[in-house]
Amino acid sequence: MSATIDLHAIATRPRDERARLARGRRRHLIDQAVRLFCLLATGIGVFFLASILVTLIWRGAPAIDLTVFITDFRPTTYGEPDAAKGGLLHAILGSFVQAGMGVAIGTPIGILVGTYLSEYARQTALGNAVRFVSDVLLSAPSILVGLFIYQLVVLPMGGFSGLAGALALSIIVIPVVVRTTEDMLTLIPNTLREAVVALGAPKWKMITLVAYRAALSGILTGILLAFARIAGETAPLLLTSFGNNVVTWDLSNAMASLPVAIYQQANSGFPDLIQIAWAGALMITAGVLLVNIIARTLLRKRI
Amino acid sequence: MKSSAIAPARRRSGSFGDIVFEWMCRAAGVFVLLLLGGIIVTLFVGGLPAFRQFGLDFLTSTRWDPVEGREQFGGAVAIVGTVMSSIFAIILAVPIAFGIAFFLTELAPPWLRRPMGTAIELLAAVPSIIFGMWGLFVLVPFIQRNIQLPFGDALGALPVVGFLFQSNNFAGTSIFAASVVLAIMILPFIAATMRDVFEQVPPVYKESAYGLGATRWEVVTGVVIPYTRISVVGGIMLGLGRALGETMAVTFVIGNANRIATSFFDPTTTIASVIAMEFPESLAGGLQQSSLFALGFLLFLISFIVLASSRYLLRSRLKG
Amino acid sequence: MNSETQGDVTPQAAATGSFGGMQVRSDAVLNTDIRISIRNLDFFYGPGLSKALKDINLNFPNRQVTGLIGPSGCGKSTLLRVMNRMYSLYPGQRAEGEVLMDGVNLIDPSVDINELRSKIGMVFQKPTPFPMTIYENIAFGVRLHEKLSKNEMDQRVEWALSRAAIWGEVKDRLQANAMSLSGGQQQRLCIARTIAVRPEVILFDEPTSALDPISTLKIEELIDELKRDFTIAIVTHNMQQAARCADQVAFFYLGELIEVAPAAEMFTAPRQRKTQEYITGRFG
Repeated sequence: MSATIDLHAIATRPRDERARLARGRRRHLIDQAVRLFCLLATGIGVFFLASILVTLIWRGAPAIDLTVFITDFRPTTYGEPDAAKGGLLHAILGSFVQAGMGVAIGTPIGILVGTYLSEYARQTALGNAVRFVSDVLLSAPSILVGLFIYQLVVLPMGGFSGLAGALALSIIVIPVVVRTTEDMLTLIPNTLREAVVALGAPKWKMITLVAYRAALSGILTGILLAFARIAGETAPLLLTSFGNNVVTWDLSNAMASLPVAIYQQANSGFPDLIQIAWAGALMITAGVLLVNIIARTLLRKRI
Repeated sequence: MKSSAIAPARRRSGSFGDIVFEWMCRAAGVFVLLLLGGIIVTLFVGGLPAFRQFGLDFLTSTRWDPVEGREQFGGAVAIVGTVMSSIFAIILAVPIAFGIAFFLTELAPPWLRRPMGTAIELLAAVPSIIFGMWGLFVLVPFIQRNIQLPFGDALGALPVVGFLFQSNNFAGTSIFAASVVLAIMILPFIAATMRDVFEQVPPVYKESAYGLGATRWEVVTGVVIPYTRISVVGGIMLGLGRALGETMAVTFVIGNANRIATSFFDPTTTIASVIAMEFPESLAGGLQQSSLFALGFLLFLISFIVLASSRYLLRSRLKG
Repeated sequence: MNSETQGDVTPQAAATGSFGGMQVRSDAVLNTDIRISIRNLDFFYGPGLSKALKDINLNFPNRQVTGLIGPSGCGKSTLLRVMNRMYSLYPGQRAEGEVLMDGVNLIDPSVDINELRSKIGMVFQKPTPFPMTIYENIAFGVRLHEKLSKNEMDQRVEWALSRAAIWGEVKDRLQANAMSLSGGQQQRLCIARTIAVRPEVILFDEPTSALDPISTLKIEELIDELKRDFTIAIVTHNMQQAARCADQVAFFYLGELIEVAPAAEMFTAPRQRKTQEYITGRFG
């Protein structure tokens, strides 16, 4: 049996004011210190972002001129200041072609899978498996996709090709589009679905004629974001389309792309080529950020 | 507002269109499954010759010798480099990400929150090759000139931990540089995840803590973190998964040397880097290429485990 | 007034009978021509769950309004959604019994469900304009079932919007997005959309509970108008609304049909005790 506690005494025990104040001061100090740390951390984050952007502009802008856009690759002219400079036309076109094809191939598949997950398989075992696999593909190392396409396409075709590059990129596009499509479609309330079906529409028409329209801006955003993401991918292309020094539309041959060209020229060691690499880096970053901002405003406008 | 799925009309019902469309969607879903299966199989089959040749030694050997006649490949350097650089990146990134998330949810004035949040998210959109370029041309010289040269000897002389800073590599390209670049790359992901889960804490929990006289910091450690702990760990693992697979950012700055780093300033390599550097020139069907496939398979295993765990931990957040 | 002639009953001007302050149609005579006849209907929300509807037997007289009343969860909305087989969207839900229209049991799987829904339309509690123009909203349903030329479609759209008493308000902005309409207008748009398909029966599931009083009044007047051409069933939790609009009223409680009678009788001299308790506000 425990001794009875004098509750009244506890309630009326005189407070130790000095200890409380001292503790309070320390707590306050800790709070201030943490605030400082958070401010610092945010500052660090912003600092690095700024550093990257500033470097890009500082090093890339001087190299941005018409030549870089309309000329294809020239070997280094280091030491000959008057010789005609090279450019990145081959890389820009190659990137557009491969990224465009990647989006064209991956988007329909992604939309169908997203539709499957939202309209047919929200809680089934197969649906959960597909959802899981899609998420794994979304975050998987992209270089492994390059290895996969190399075995599947490059070896049988006997060499690097723009087609292989496009296919590798499409694999990266698919999970991005799946995620946004599924998210956007599940946002649609069931009352809208019921209203369509109550008019006598079969389910597939309800999906394609109304649900897609209702989710359109979200799905478009997903496509834009997927495009921005693959535009900057280097590793998979290194193993599939490898790069080329000339402008070519031939998908059955190696094809240049902006990220690979940047990689190759930056590692060349020649200052003039490195300069061009910076120009390319600035181009990609500007493009990618622009697309992201557009995608965001599109998404916001919907709401 | 989780609603159940709408089932299609059974059997006939005149909706041939319904049947076709549903099967199209289902086929697409199965295709995705086959895709992942295909990737796994391809990597494994491609690496099989190497696995058969070297057995378990492949995981522990540090020899990487492509010279014909005495080819021997061991993945230990790449594996260790991958894991070490990613873990260091996490150690650097998590506190900062936490600070940013805390700042965005608790400390920042309302007008600042959106632009700041957007800025951090835009950092996530920057392609990795840009980080590689910046790392090579800005960070590496900085490390070389401002850290290693002036302080390298002093740091190396420290008792106990001194060896971590002793290196005969003064090029600046090192595991330290790689970890820093990786940290910056995964920072926005972790910060965004943390911020999202912090915001999901119902205000009433925080208010009851404030009502008792708790400081901001005490509310965070006492209420917010316990409430969101699992999701936070999930977000960290997501960042780890990304760091493990990063190629271009790391290749530029890690030095690409086939040795295990014993000091921060040593160069080394990662799985993704060694594949990127050696694969394009490797002989199709050769032992070197097979070893690279084997490494790719191991990388997939590691990141799969990390990503699956992350997804498991984040499942409550995924549900909405 | 004799109600033997098929489908030719016109409701009398409502005499001002009142019960507990409610306006009641005290002299509406129920049409003996029955449009839909429900026999021994059971409904289950899932396997192993108890019946949400128990042995319902109810007739819906042609071109008249049947009101379904009862406390929350009593099954009135469930019954409505059986009539156009809305439950087929949700796996596990099933109905047993007969819903007869023109001698055909509508819930038999052999009946084409989309055809059925073109004959029995539904207006929901929450207005759901499609993400399209006003014109497209109306044309959408029509296009599912008929092939009309542009002129014919224009006419049908105008007809539907007029019958729904909203033509005047939107005729100059048919290409505007339907989401730009007010709540009451959106609901009338949904009604127009349902009418455009030219069904024979229109089901209203608490059509005004999300609307302001003025819109509610407009829609009640509209329903009074519509019953000249359509058989109407309306679920409402508002008894005054049932008294104002309905010719026949059916009272549900816990999945059972307790009583069904002409409106006047229901609200002045209900026969069952439960009905009386509900109407006088003892519960629900």
